[in-house]
Amino acid sequence: MSPDPDAAAEHVRVRWPELLTAAFLLAIALLVIVDSLRVGIGWADDGPRSGYFPFYVGLLLAGSSAWVLLSQIWRWRSDKTVFAERGQLRLVVAVLLPMSVYVAVIFVTGIYIASALLIAYFMLRYGKYGAKLTLPVALGVPLFFFLVFERWFLVPLPKGPIERLLGF
Amino acid sequence: MEELANLAGGFAVAMSWQNLGFMLIGITLGVLIGVLPGLGGANGIAILLPLTFSMNPTSAIIMLSCIYWGALFGGAITSILFNIPGEPWSVATTFDGFPMAQQGRAAQALTAAFTSSFVGAVFAVALITFLAPLLAKFALKFGPAEFFAVQLLTFCSFIGMSKEPAAKTLASMMLGFALAAVGMDAVTGQLRMTYDVPELLRGFDFLIAVIGLFGIGEILLTMEEGLAFKGKSAKISPKVVWQTWGEIFKYWKTFLRSTAIGCWMGITPGGATPASFMSYGMARRLSKKPQGFGKGDIEGVIAPETAAHAAGTSALLPMLTLGIPGSPTAAVLLGGLLIWGLQPGPMLFVEQKDFVWGLIASMYLGNIVGLIVVLTTVPWWAAILRIPFSVIAPVIIVICAIGAYTVNSSMFDVVMMLVFGLVGYGFKKLKYPLAPMVLALVLGDMAEASFRQAMLLSQGSLSIFWANPLVGSIFALAIVLLIWPLWGFAKNLARAREARPVGEAN
Repeated sequence: MSPDPDAAAEHVRVRWPELLTAAFLLAIALLVIVDSLRVGIGWADDGPRSGYFPFYVGLLLAGSSAWVLLSQIWRWRSDKTVFAERGQLRLVVAVLLPMSVYVAVIFVTGIYIASALLIAYFMLRYGKYGAKLTLPVALGVPLFFFLVFERWFLVPLPKGPIERLLGF
Repeated sequence: MEELANLAGGFAVAMSWQNLGFMLIGITLGVLIGVLPGLGGANGIAILLPLTFSMNPTSAIIMLSCIYWGALFGGAITSILFNIPGEPWSVATTFDGFPMAQQGRAAQALTAAFTSSFVGAVFAVALITFLAPLLAKFALKFGPAEFFAVQLLTFCSFIGMSKEPAAKTLASMMLGFALAAVGMDAVTGQLRMTYDVPELLRGFDFLIAVIGLFGIGEILLTMEEGLAFKGKSAKISPKVVWQTWGEIFKYWKTFLRSTAIGCWMGITPGGATPASFMSYGMARRLSKKPQGFGKGDIEGVIAPETAAHAAGTSALLPMLTLGIPGSPTAAVLLGGLLIWGLQPGPMLFVEQKDFVWGLIASMYLGNIVGLIVVLTTVPWWAAILRIPFSVIAPVIIVICAIGAYTVNSSMFDVVMMLVFGLVGYGFKKLKYPLAPMVLALVLGDMAEASFRQAMLLSQGSLSIFWANPLVGSIFALAIVLLIWPLWGFAKNLARAREARPVGEAN
């Protein structure tokens, strides 16, 4: 066997993501089965109990994910399929992280400020725009949504302390 | 000819200025959604659905279905001008559409694509007009066992016809069913699988799943490509339109064949994407000059576009008549109907005549409006695509977050959207199909209810599924579709065994 190709490779192979996903699905299947057993999978006086249908859903999910899991283990050594290049994954994380921070920030500042920050971050960091273009876009887009949702459709979106200060 | 009278009534409903306005808005939004990466028919409608809660259902569904037509049209623009399929079903359009644009024939390619979409859709709507009432009348005889058998048929055909591994299709589907079961059991009122998390009491909303899976997941996938849009510009002049129409008229056989493929794949939940590939493959195989395909043959644009649009449209037939959507987007529309208190299915045709026929009439009108809109506004859409991804991406993320929040005014949903986005990305990369999961999530409660009712009738015996010829034949068909891949597998195995001696000789 050649030395482990993963060490210096530019690729992430498919086998770990595949294994983890299947294991994750299997875990969900177990949660479904356990809870179905708790609420009862049998027959009550008035018909099938609540776990009757989900129990079989859980069984099928467990079966299919176990199949994927085992077949992945089976061809563990021979499987050279590439999941993604490292550079690609870096790009994905570069979007995923700000996205997660964005959702967390919504809890604090409300959606409008968080959106302005997200747009500004993307434009400055990835678009390499100057402040002259970034500022109008980053402020204009949330303002547009504010007018459409709060004023036109009367759908309130999450707001934070700053909007409260302004009296909304 | 009761259908024609009903249809005329429908046109009277759909023709109001207000509804025509909603059509125009819907088409425009739809094309925009189809053009932008990360926003598609399914999640675009999911995001806009909450905004329509205050509208009357007929206007709302007209606008939403027009968004759908718009998205179908819009997918072609990005495929042809930028070689980027805005929607999965327009992948096949890039094969010949982009080479045509490179040769300076972008206007012809676009005209051909839009016209084909239009033709495919109109045929499919005509099919709906005449078949839907019959199917609905027939389905009135259905009991819970028959309904469950039809649902089983839908899900079995997913497993049987899916390109992805059967185990992964099944896993994705069952995940959808499991998520649908979370929360309060509608029959007994018992809480299931909430594990004392208060946020889970409401269960998982499929709209959130759709926004996350298709929206956020798509953004992550697009990011992976490190997208830089480099496209051709195009302007369509009336002269080119006339010339192209004259030219594509020769391909009437392709139109008919692609429409047939599209309608079939749309009614059975094959969906628009496989329909477009199948139709492209058929056109190439039956063409007199197959070597021209992939290098800018106009027939290679006509075939997939006709089929995709026919499939996308006819997916609404089982949704309206049986309450079983043929595609994720149809599933979202179905969810909308449920929210407005309209139960799709055979009774809809009896109880909500105005609504149904208004919708069907709006399908004709919407596609005419759509064709005019896209033919006249192509340069603008091409300009939108030139906005760099670093601006478009955060705006789409914001739109998705707002869409997810407005469904239930809950921040938990926004977090779940992010989780579903990750799931969507992972599933796409690992070749788990997303459509069965969304459909299972939408239909889960209904399928469970009909299964339980059927079991109640038979006192728990599965024999109810072959108790009469009707349910028996649907059930048998479902089983056939389920084991269909096994047949191919067995054939391959037999062939491999025959071929082995030859292999050893080498």
